Amino acid sequence: MSFKALQEIVDKAKESGKAFWEIILEDEINESQISREKVLEKMEKLFLAMKDADDNYNGHLKSPSKLVGGDGERISEARKNQTMICGDFMAQVMEKAIKMGESNACMKRIVAAPTAGSCGVIPAVLLTYQNENKIAEMKMIEALFITGGIGQVIAHRASIAGATGGCQAEIGSASAMAAGAMVYLAGGDEEAIVHGAALALKSLLGLACDPVAGLVEVPCVKRNVIGAFNALASADMALAGIRSQIPPDEVIDAMRSIGDAMPSSLKETGEGGLARTPRGMRIEEELKK
Amino acid sequence: MSIFDIIGPIMVGPSSSHTAGAVKIGYLSRKLMGEKIHLAKIYLHGSFLTTGKGHGTDRALVAGLLGMKPDDIRIPQSFALAEKEGMAVEFGGIDLREAHPNSVKLILTGVSGRELEILASSLGGGRIRINQIDGLDASFSGDYPTLVVHNLDQPGYVTEVTSMLSHKSINIATMQLYRDHRGGEAIMVLECDEEISPDFISWLKERKGIRKVIYLSLEESS
Ligand code: SF4
Repeated sequence: MSFKALQEIVDKAKESGKAFWEIILEDEINESQISREKVLEKMEKLFLAMKDADDNYNGHLKSPSKLVGGDGERISEARKNQTMICGDFMAQVMEKAIKMGESNACMKRIVAAPTAGSCGVIPAVLLTYQNENKIAEMKMIEALFITGGIGQVIAHRASIAGATGGCQAEIGSASAMAAGAMVYLAGGDEEAIVHGAALALKSLLGLACDPVAGLVEVPCVKRNVIGAFNALASADMALAGIRSQIPPDEVIDAMRSIGDAMPSSLKETGEGGLARTPRGMRIEEELKK
Repeated sequence: MSIFDIIGPIMVGPSSSHTAGAVKIGYLSRKLMGEKIHLAKIYLHGSFLTTGKGHGTDRALVAGLLGMKPDDIRIPQSFALAEKEGMAVEFGGIDLREAHPNSVKLILTGVSGRELEILASSLGGGRIRINQIDGLDASFSGDYPTLVVHNLDQPGYVTEVTSMLSHKSINIATMQLYRDHRGGEAIMVLECDEEISPDFISWLKERKGIRKVIYLSLEESS
């Protein structure tokens, strides 16, 4: 994509009077030389695959390491019993985020968004919102273009890989992408979209990538919940008119500089943080046997 | 960068590098072999070895060698499917000095007895690179139709192959030449913009001094 800053997308949208998502779509058509229909079709396929993955959760599965599996079912139960503090909308988001993260760990089919470890954030907020508000599918696809556009700028200016930028680059990016999409779905303008994304990213700056035994399981699955909740809170703040004092593109640059300063032990090597706790190390030892 | 590098791919989890990339390595190796695989010896290196089991890297590689793609929901059952299809599999660890941490060496025997040795790495995000074929350096991504030719290191072969391709209106995207020593075994790797016809491949195989021709077609059936 040709955009090196979120501000460029905002400017272009304002100039042309076109929607934020439309600018991203047109850029993709231009860069890939694929027809509009084909690009839309591709995005629809991804949306349907997210839905499919959500529908096909299996609470009886365990990951190869046996560390995760079945927790989505627990939230499902708690929701049914109406014992959740969060209220049902947030509970549904939590359930979907965990289920997707577990499906990924259990070798089921998911959509990397932007990565496999953070695959639960975007579908959890989008699918719940669609469920509750009966949004047309085309509008959901438009929202996915927004996630993609924001993610591309982050990938360009910083990174979307835990191994390069820590977990802020995965769960943080997913959360920012989801926040922008949610602002759009709830009727916010392009300014609100990028500020929603910036607010989300800011709150997850510095998050380390420290998976136990190097596996995309602990803490990854549950971090999807936080990424999703943070996206919703950030979207609401932006919709209420709150703006990030640090411009969105500068927030992304800050994420990069933090990622660069992080020691490699906190960048997906499994050599720091939770992975180096006594219990984390014991798990790793046991898995080696 | 396409927007679909950010949203997507659709893949079987848990890891784009350790699972999706591993399936892709297996899949491309199967295509390079050009026939069903009878025996696969799989040697894991680095992080593929240490965290491969938990990421399903082993099952992913086997799935790819059976012709599955990264979004195939049968990947977790690939061991049973290999048995059913008569593909024997052996695993081991290996220390490939200086290789990328997510690397694997595959020693494959096809149903006709054809042999192929491949060293490949998973680079992250599901992207991969083939680093060596039959012990000789090579470097390609598998994103283009790719022609690999082993020949004696003597003058004339490169011109012969490239002029024949140009005659067939096939545009070469990248080209690499490697050899083990002067006058010894040489390899040329050509990534092309168009598919090469089977006739051309058979013609090339018959040429004097050409030891082996391997062709990666991106068409579904081959
Ligand atoms: S901890 Fe690391 S592997 Fe897990 S989701 Fe975060 S970045 Fe990905």
